[in-house]
Order: sequence, then structure tokens, then C-alpha cells
Amino acid sequence: MTVIAIMVVLFLGGIIAWLSEAWNKDWPKWVAVGTCVIAGVVLLPLVYQADSLIAFSDADSSTWIELYEYPWIPRFGIHILFGLDGLSLLMVGLTIFLGFVAVVSSWDEIEKSPGFFQFNILWTLAGVVGVFTSLDMFLFFFFWEVMLIPMYLLIAIWGHENRSYASMKFFLFTQLSGLVMLIAILALVILNGADSGVLTFNYFELMKHQLSPDVSYWIMWGFFVAFVVKLPGFPFHSWLPDAHTQAPTAASVLLAGILLKTGAYGLLRFTIPLFPEAALQIANIAMTLGVIGIIYGAMLAFAQTDFKRLVAYSSISHMGFVLVGLYAWNELSIQGSVIQMVAHGLSTAALFMTAGAIQHRLHTRDTRDMGGLWHDMPRMGAVAMFFMVASLGMPGLGNFVGEILVLFGTFKVNPPIAVAASIGLITGAVYALIAMQRVFQGERKLTRNLRDFGVREMTAMIPLMILLIFLGVYPQPIFDLISPALSNLYSTSVNQIPWIGGLK
Amino acid sequence: MNLDVYLLLPLISLSTVILTLMMLIAFCRNLSLTCAFSSIGLMVTLLLICAMAIDIQAAQTASLVDALVTPLIIVDAYALFFSGLMVFSSLCICLLSFNYHCARGEHQDEFYLLLLLATLGGVVLSQAAHFAMFILGLELLGVSIYAMISYPRAGRFSLEAALKYLILSGVSSAIILFGIALLYAAFGTLSFAEMAVLQRENSELDALYILAGSAMLLSGLAFKLSLAPFHMWTPDVYEGAPAPVTTLLATVSKGAIFAVLFRFFLSVDNYQYETILDGLFLLAVASIIFGNLLALAQSSIKRMLAYSSIAHLGYLLVAFIAADSVGGRALAIEASAIFLLAYFLTTIGAFGVVTVMSTEASDHDVDRLDEYEGLFWRRPMLATVFSVMLLSLAGIPLTAGFIGKFYIVVSGVDAELWSLLVIVVIGSGIGIFYYLRTIFAMTKRTMVTSVVHVPQTAGWTLAAVTLLLLVFGIYPTPVIEWVSRMAQAMT
Repeated sequence: MTVIAIMVVLFLGGIIAWLSEAWNKDWPKWVAVGTCVIAGVVLLPLVYQADSLIAFSDADSSTWIELYEYPWIPRFGIHILFGLDGLSLLMVGLTIFLGFVAVVSSWDEIEKSPGFFQFNILWTLAGVVGVFTSLDMFLFFFFWEVMLIPMYLLIAIWGHENRSYASMKFFLFTQLSGLVMLIAILALVILNGADSGVLTFNYFELMKHQLSPDVSYWIMWGFFVAFVVKLPGFPFHSWLPDAHTQAPTAASVLLAGILLKTGAYGLLRFTIPLFPEAALQIANIAMTLGVIGIIYGAMLAFAQTDFKRLVAYSSISHMGFVLVGLYAWNELSIQGSVIQMVAHGLSTAALFMTAGAIQHRLHTRDTRDMGGLWHDMPRMGAVAMFFMVASLGMPGLGNFVGEILVLFGTFKVNPPIAVAASIGLITGAVYALIAMQRVFQGERKLTRNLRDFGVREMTAMIPLMILLIFLGVYPQPIFDLISPALSNLYSTSVNQIPWIGGLK
Repeated sequence: MNLDVYLLLPLISLSTVILTLMMLIAFCRNLSLTCAFSSIGLMVTLLLICAMAIDIQAAQTASLVDALVTPLIIVDAYALFFSGLMVFSSLCICLLSFNYHCARGEHQDEFYLLLLLATLGGVVLSQAAHFAMFILGLELLGVSIYAMISYPRAGRFSLEAALKYLILSGVSSAIILFGIALLYAAFGTLSFAEMAVLQRENSELDALYILAGSAMLLSGLAFKLSLAPFHMWTPDVYEGAPAPVTTLLATVSKGAIFAVLFRFFLSVDNYQYETILDGLFLLAVASIIFGNLLALAQSSIKRMLAYSSIAHLGYLLVAFIAADSVGGRALAIEASAIFLLAYFLTTIGAFGVVTVMSTEASDHDVDRLDEYEGLFWRRPMLATVFSVMLLSLAGIPLTAGFIGKFYIVVSGVDAELWSLLVIVVIGSGIGIFYYLRTIFAMTKRTMVTSVVHVPQTAGWTLAAVTLLLLVFGIYPTPVIEWVSRMAQAMT
């Protein structure tokens, strides 16, 4: 019930936040913070349950902390089927935490209809929680689409100068790829139904059945495209820089922090386990796309003069590692991908908050107009330095663990890819340090009085820093949490095609 | 009570209401009274239909009597579903248009008479089992609509629209009649059931006559359904007609004609002719592509909705074509019924917003995109309702439109119409663009400060329609169960 409770809290909180605007313009943000805190508190007991699960886990025990099912549309065998394993739990936790951070980060940025703004934030979170926990393909698609509309509105209403174009592009890309996925889901379900005589959207049932290699190859592409657009992988990445740049800070944080992860999650949970054979067939293509994303994203990031755009392109580069790791498909590389997802979520969220804070103070995102900001805002400079260094993959911080595991895992499968991907570590350092130099060091171009990070901003930043250090020096608890779920995903596909295991 | 009379009750009650209303208007002109009386009449009819629907569900058959009620009429679950849908949408139009007419001076009473007559025509069409009944319903519907389009005497556009519709509709009726004549020449009967028997037993029929007849029938009806390339009249007429009439044109008129066309195709099994299938395929592709592409270029909400309705009828044809395979026929019937239900709810809501917006503009309807700018900040509820309708048209979850589109894709996948599905995806992609553009316009901060007054009757009706739309979008199970049983029983 916890999953539903969290979603109900978020949905209701959104409505209350909207309504509370009528009384006082300041209430919505308090309601939103309160909602995130309550959702976090509701989630907390599950973490302990997960602990006990790990302690007693053996080959037969289920990896699901929570799993329940209600009929929804029996005509098509559609159920409300929510499941929570370690992986989902981690992603849901990240969602709620970054939701909290997003609300705090845009504390006094929103002047027009703050109630509706918080409503959209909370409903996006609810949709994402649904995506991370749905195990019925229809339900999954339902949430996949539901999370888009509030995000669209966030960009379209509260975005920056070019918001119309950016929000439209974001919606079109994700919606169209979503439709392709819908057709793939239906093809999978109906062809399965033709074989087994029962229509079902149940993930576990669909996993049991085997379609002919040809058919599953094409259906797999439907899923792959939808998730890679969201990830975003090269060549479907072009919506991301626009959407991130134009979105208000809170929406950028959510987009980079969690919405991109839904794509990676989809690949990990659905595409590869449902079609292991077909996924193996395109593994090299996918990894190559990942590598292109890593290098291309880094090169473009280097060339940007818009601070938010720079961070956006760096996201493409980092998510490339996730794609490579997933399609290398061994335990090491998948674990690396998941760690990278979390670490990237945390560090990029912080960088977008910094970018948002700079824009709030300077009214520009152009790095050519910045310079020497450290002098006026030492705290902000230090924070930005920390996260830039994290994102370039400094050992001791979370991103390093993710990237290095991905590289180790990939090296076992495909050394050339691993070598090419590791170039990303160097290019990452180049653009991150250049950006730091342009923005925070050098000559002061502005001598206005700029307000440094205050208590509120630091409250949002410090937990992010602590988490990144924690991930970097002692990631074992996270491995413990996700490894039962991952090895479950991994072994089902390996059991289906024994020779996949040979790749280890 | 005689079972036949029981089954005819919806038609009887509608006719009684019409006759009484005529008397009422003759003796006492009072718009509130007229509107209230028509609404109550429609509600009673709707309740009767619901009662029958429940009876049929209890009896677990396609219809309460095996044969036709008379040689002309069939009252099965399918007919009841579509009759109910049409009576429901007339009821909504009735309530939505009350304030609109109030603001437009005297002599608005006859509008409701015409509305009821058009509804009667729609109900007759959905229950037709014979071409005589078919023509009766078609003309009843068509003639009332001509009069309704030209109802506002002040506006120049409405006259132009009425004339356009009159001429084109007249031509298409002539084509339909000629098609029917050809079919009669081939079969020697006008009854669907007898045609079906002849077709099945394959006694020396002249396929050429059947093909030509069906093709003419199809193209004539495609005019009325505004399928591309027979769609030219649609945007002009939609734009020129008063908003409540546009609602009627987009819902009752199309729904009724689709219902009878589908029934004819299913019972006579016209799907065995490859040529007709090819034609349907082209109609679907052209409607989806042209409808969506042309909607992009519109700056008038009514014209945009007109083109989007062309595209939606194109989506509907996917299910129509999917009924080709015998195994998937039940699913295709179910899909069209559900899709039309969603389309009706959405269209009523969308044009309902236009009606409400236009209440106080005396000589034209408020439908320019820039008149909707900033609506979110002036009238948040109205703008939210309109956004929900647009999202439903785009087929986004939580709304009825999603269930409709889901069904279309299911039936397409089931019949393995991959190329059509690709067209549907492309069309939806283009569609999203103009729906979102409208939503975006409403979120703009502008200087427009004109206050929109939302009248009570129309406001509550809109709220009810929106609620229904959301409930159907989130929990469609009861409706799906009923409709799928209806579809199973029909095949």
C-alpha cells in the first residue's frame, strides 16, 4: 500500500497547494515541502523492510518488497499492479528527495500563480513514482504519459524567453516516442494473447512467454526508441538542451534529476529483460550510440556559452555512460549504471540550481557576461566547484564510482567501446573546468552587489553534497539495496538464453 | 405492454415531445420553458434507453426480440448505444445553448424544436434496418440542420454556411440515393437483413452493381462524415454555424451516419470486396493526414476543431477497416463504439467552451485563437476545462480520448494494419502540435482584460461533461463491459 499512499499524498498535496494559493501566496510552497516530507516519511519504513529482505535473501525468496494487484480493466487483463524492489525503492527515494530539493530551490523564484506551479511539481513527482513502480504495461504507459503534462505546463508557463518552442519540442518528442511504445506494448500483448489465449499486460506473465525472434526484434525497437528518446541518447537528444535551458530551475532539476532516469529505468526493467535475445542483437549499436553520446555531448558542452545549456549537454554525456553500462549487461556494468543514474541526478540537480541561482541574480545565463563570481559569492563558487568536480568524475564522489564500474563492466564485454567511453572522463574534465574558470574565476565583469547562497540554498545543497560523498566513499549500502533486484533481472534473462552468461 | 411498443418507446417519446413542444411554442413563447421542456423530454428518452440497455444486459442477448420491430426498425444493443449517445449529446447541447440563445434576443424557441427533430433523425438512423428508414432519418437530420445553421438571421456567415451545406449535402444525398438504387438493382430488396442473406448465399448477384452502389453510398456518406477528400465544406460550415449547431454537426450528425454505415457494412458484409477496402484505406489515410496538416494552419478555434474532427473520423476508420477480419470484428465494433463515445464527450466539451465564450458576443462566435489568450488567468476553470478537452483530443491519459485512441490502436494491432498505425502515429504527432499551441495561448500573460461571464446552466453542464470525461478516462470498466458484450452479441 505504501506506493499508493505516496502517490495519493503527492496528488492530494498538489491539489491542496493549488487551492491554498487563494488564501496566501506563500502557502503553496510550504504545502509542497510538507507533502514531500510526508511522502518521504511514508517511504522510510520500506527502507528497513528492504534491509531485512537483504539479510534473509536467498535464491528462492522474492526480491519484491511490495507487490500488489487490483483489477482495473478486466476486458484486456489490465491490472493496477504495483511492485517495489530495491531498484524501484532507490529511484522513488531519489524522486521524492529531488522533489524536495526542487521545491526549495525555487523558493522565491515563482511569482505568478505559485499554487499551480507547485501543483505541477507534485503531480510530476506522482507520475514519476508511478513509472518507477508500475509492473502492468498499461499502467506503466499511463504514468509515462501522465508525468509529461505537468512538466509541459511547467516549461510552457514558467519557462524563459523561448519556452513555447522548447515545451512543444519536449512534448512532441516524448509523446511521439510514447505512441511508438504503445504500439509495441499492444503488439507484444496481443501477439502473446494469440499464443496463450489470455490477454494480459502483466509484466511477469509477458516475461514468461517467448515470441519468435523476428517479432520480438521489432517490438523491442519500439521500446528502445521510447526509452532512448527519454534518456536521451544520440541521435534523439535534441529536445533536451532546449527543454532544460528554458525550464524554470525546479523543472530543470526534476527533468535532469529524475525524468531522464525513467528512460534508463525503462531499458533496465523492460526492454532488456523482456527481449534479452533481441537486446543482445543490438547491444553493439546501443553501446556505440552511448559512446557517441558521451563524446558528442562533452564536445557540445565545451562549446556552449549558455550555462544551463552547458549543463544540459553534460547530461547527454553522462547518460551515455548509463546506456553503455546497461547494454554491456553484466552485473558490474548494470550496478555502475544505476549508481551513475543516482549520482548524475544529484550532481546535475545541484548544477541546475546553481545555474538558476546565477540567472536569478544576474538575469543572464551567458557565461561571457560572467566571470569572477567567486569574489562576490564564495559559497556559491565552492558549491559549484564541488559539483563540477563531482560531475567530471573525481574519485571519492558518486559519479566516479558509477563511471568506473561501467567502464570495468564494459571492458569485459567489448574493450574498444570501453576505451572510447573512457575518453569521456577526459573531455568531462575539460568542459567542467573551463566552465568553472569562465564563470567563477578570472576578471570580475560585474561589480554589482550579488547575494551569496543563503541558509535556504545551503539546506538544499548540503544534503546533496553529503549524499555524493557517501556514494563515492561507501556505496556498499546502495549495492546491497539494488543487487537482489538487479541480479533478479539479470538472471531471468540469462536463464532464458544461457549463452548470454558467457559474456561475463 | 406489447414488447414492440416498449422497444419503440424512445422514438415515441421523442416524437411526443416534439409535437407537444410545437403546440407549446405556438401558444406561449418562453425560452426557459421551451428549453426546460426539451431537456426534460430528452432526459426521459435517455432514461428509457438506459432502462432498455439494462434489460438487454440482464437478458444477455443482442436484442430483446429476435427479429426486427417492424420491417424497418431494429432495436438492438448497438442501436440503443448510439441512440443513447445522441440523445445525451442533444441534452448537453440543449443545456449548453440556453444562455447563448437567451443573449440573442427573441424568437429562439424554434431552435429547440429543430434540435429535437435532428435528434429524432439521428435516433432513426441508428435504428434503421432498411434503406427506407435510412433515407427518412438522413433527411430528417439533414433538413433540420440546414435550418439550424442559418438560424441566426443577423450573421452573414451563417447564411453562407447554410447555403454551402444545403447544396453539398443535397448533392451527396442524391449520390446516396443513386447508390441505393444500384444496390436495389442488384439485390431486389432494400432491407439490410435480406441483402445479407442474398449476399451470403451468393445467388447470382452482379458484383459490379453492388460495388458501384456501395462506392456511391460510401462517398455520399463520406461527405456527411467529412472524410477527406470529401471534407471541403467542413471548416466553412463549422465556422459559420452558431457554436451549438457546430456541436450538433460534429457529434449527432456524424455519429448517426457512422452508426448506420457500419451496421450496413457489417450486416451485408461489404468487406469481401477488396476495392472497397482499398477505398476505405485511402479515405482513412487522407483524412488523418489532411485533417491534421490543415488544422496546423488555422487561427480559428472552430476551424481547427473542424479539421481535427476530420482527422478523428480518420482514426475511427481504422477500427472500421479492422472489422474486415472476422476474428477481430467484435473488437472493432467495440473500438468504434468506445472511440465515438470519447469523441462525443470531448467534442461536446470543446464546442461547449466555445459556446460559453460566445454567449455575450452578439453577432459572431468567439473563436479566434488570440481571443483565448490568457484565459488561464481570467477564467481558470473554463481554461482548465478547455485544456482537458484538448488533451483528450490529443489522446493523453486520464481523459476519455486516451481510452478511445487506445482502442483504435488495439484494433489496428489486432488486425495487423501496421501501415495505418504509422499514419495514426504521424497524425497524432501533428495533432499534439496544434492542441498544445491552443493550451499555450491560454497560458500567455496578455493585456486582454475582457471579462468572460460563465453562465450557470452552461457552466454546470460543462463541469458535468468534464467530470464524465475524466471518470471514463480513469475507470472505463463498466462502459467497456457493456459495450464488449454488445459487440460480442453482434457477431
